[in-house]
Amino acid sequence: MFEQIIITIATAATPLLIAALGELVVERSGVLNLGVEGMMVMGAVSGFAVALTTGSPWLGVLAAIIVGALFSLLFGFLTLTLVTNQVATGLALTLLGIGLSGMIGESFVGQPGVKLGQIYIPGLTDIPLVGRLFFGQDPIFYLSILLTFAVAWFLFRTRAGLTLRSVGDNHTSAHALGINVIGIRYLAVMFGGACAGLAGGFLSLVYTPQWIENMSAGRGWIALALVVFASWRPLRVLAGAYLFGAVSIGQLHAQALGIGIPSQLLSSLPYLATIVVLVLISRNRRLTLINTPASLGRPFVPDR
Amino acid sequence: MRIELVKRPQHSALFSALSPFIALGLTLIAGAIMFSLLGKNPFDALYYYFIDPLTGIWDPGNRWQLHELAIKAAPLILIAVGLSVCYLSNNWNIGAEGQFIAGAMAGSIIPVMFPGFQSWIVLPLMLILGMAGGAAYAALPAFFKVRFNTNEILTSLMLVYVAQLFNDWLVRGIWRNPEGMSFPGTIRFSEYAILPQIWPDAGRAHYGFVFALIAAVLVWFMLAKMQKGFEIKVLGQSPRAGRFAGFSSGRMVFFVFMLSGALAGLAGISEVAGPIEHLNEKISIGYGFTAIIVAFLGRLNPLGIVAAGLILALTYLGGESAQIAIGVSDKAVRAFQGMLLFFVLACDTLIHYRVRIVGATAKAEGAAQHV
Repeated sequence: MFEQIIITIATAATPLLIAALGELVVERSGVLNLGVEGMMVMGAVSGFAVALTTGSPWLGVLAAIIVGALFSLLFGFLTLTLVTNQVATGLALTLLGIGLSGMIGESFVGQPGVKLGQIYIPGLTDIPLVGRLFFGQDPIFYLSILLTFAVAWFLFRTRAGLTLRSVGDNHTSAHALGINVIGIRYLAVMFGGACAGLAGGFLSLVYTPQWIENMSAGRGWIALALVVFASWRPLRVLAGAYLFGAVSIGQLHAQALGIGIPSQLLSSLPYLATIVVLVLISRNRRLTLINTPASLGRPFVPDR
Repeated sequence: MRIELVKRPQHSALFSALSPFIALGLTLIAGAIMFSLLGKNPFDALYYYFIDPLTGIWDPGNRWQLHELAIKAAPLILIAVGLSVCYLSNNWNIGAEGQFIAGAMAGSIIPVMFPGFQSWIVLPLMLILGMAGGAAYAALPAFFKVRFNTNEILTSLMLVYVAQLFNDWLVRGIWRNPEGMSFPGTIRFSEYAILPQIWPDAGRAHYGFVFALIAAVLVWFMLAKMQKGFEIKVLGQSPRAGRFAGFSSGRMVFFVFMLSGALAGLAGISEVAGPIEHLNEKISIGYGFTAIIVAFLGRLNPLGIVAAGLILALTYLGGESAQIAIGVSDKAVRAFQGMLLFFVLACDTLIHYRVRIVGATAKAEGAAQHV
């Protein structure tokens, strides 16, 4: 029972974690991409479509990643090359993604999907209590944990990570040092897109293997909030994603138990929790001031 | 080859005026490509999207379609006018959809809970309550931003989901019409609670459209001619300069949020008291989000927004007529609207920058000169 609950929490937390990690790298490079929700649904619909037509969930995962990255390039081209307003362009990406995915996915509504299975290692998976938790989940779960540590290592332990953070903290100085600010930001934006796409693919291939219009249901926005909550630190994103996973699974269980609170009010709990957490975190001005990338959301036009 | 931007010494008046039209043109081209990919004749599709709903202009038999256009445009214009004030002051309210629903719920209190109260004063009270509800709901993200420094983008957006779920609970729960079979929704409003139609013989358009035009003119006047409008623009472009001038940015956050919330709330109650005539779970077809596109297409100018609102309303109607006539999915509308915002933003670059395409040869020459 207990193990089962932890596993469902992990399933709810994984897409949030992956999308938030991607956005964290983007924001560390000084770019605010509010299009996570749009990239996520695009990943979800293309992952579902490719898995259904080829019969291979792995090709679906790959397609979700690629489509997420390509879709983010649209945002990259506008904000980085044409220096449009990042907030407005991110919103545009979300609106376009929701619209396009609804159109592409129309013929897939109601079709049974292809599920990416859980791994099974004889012996290890059968260990009582913790076997399924550690050795019996879907592969993307392990990838998400690995990704957390990889991103943390990259940002704070490698030279490339230092360069990326310097671009996010002061793009003018970075440019003066000869760093290709725009190029690095393009790569970061594409990484964020790939992660959001993967998170979307997880939704339509693992979480609920089917296509439902607008199926990310605000998870992209919660992922954005998680980055703030984690004050731009990968390991705190991990903690935050599991906290939110726990809240959303908790309210689902409460609905199933029928404890007399209307289901709609319980369903709004994750959104209310996001607001409360954001307020609590941002109250502490010093914490946010120290950790926020200083160039976040500011346009950059190189002087030649 | 790469693209290089050269900052203009002054923003280009020519491109300020032209950029929305270039964006529209590009969207039409991209839309034509999209429709051909879907296997439809692109010219047919564009005809049904943009011409067919307008045939009422020369054909009195189709005049009702112009009324439908006004019905769809009214909430878009009302909301977008409020959003333009927010965005000009650099406050990112993206939760208008929630404020729209909050206004609809607050305004419905009288006709749903006191159906026996029938008087000419009911409708004005409903409109006031609707505006108050929207303003109060918008005051939440403003309060979080001013008091706790919380990002208003995320909080205002989260409140959309909360409002949708709360409304869903109301119309399926305590406010549900007991005689409504299994359909969620409140009782039908009495005649005193219905917004009158402007010209009932010709079509269904109601006074919400008039409210939208009045709001656009008033806000335009405030932005162009009043001290408040100047404050909004100064604080939006340079908060530091605004502080030196003695403008309070905290009060401004509340002002713009509550103004846009009130207008979104008015749009909400007008929609419920107008064409829908009762509160149900699907009162909005994404007006709050589409209005963001309207605000930008209108270049954040209330008068431009009136035109932009009519154009976006046209896409809703066109989507319906294209679906009936040639079987284009109604989902295409939102993709279309999303593309439009992309092109609008991209074209705005032309106002502040000259775009140069630097070829590989030019780059080599440049390198040679440096040596």
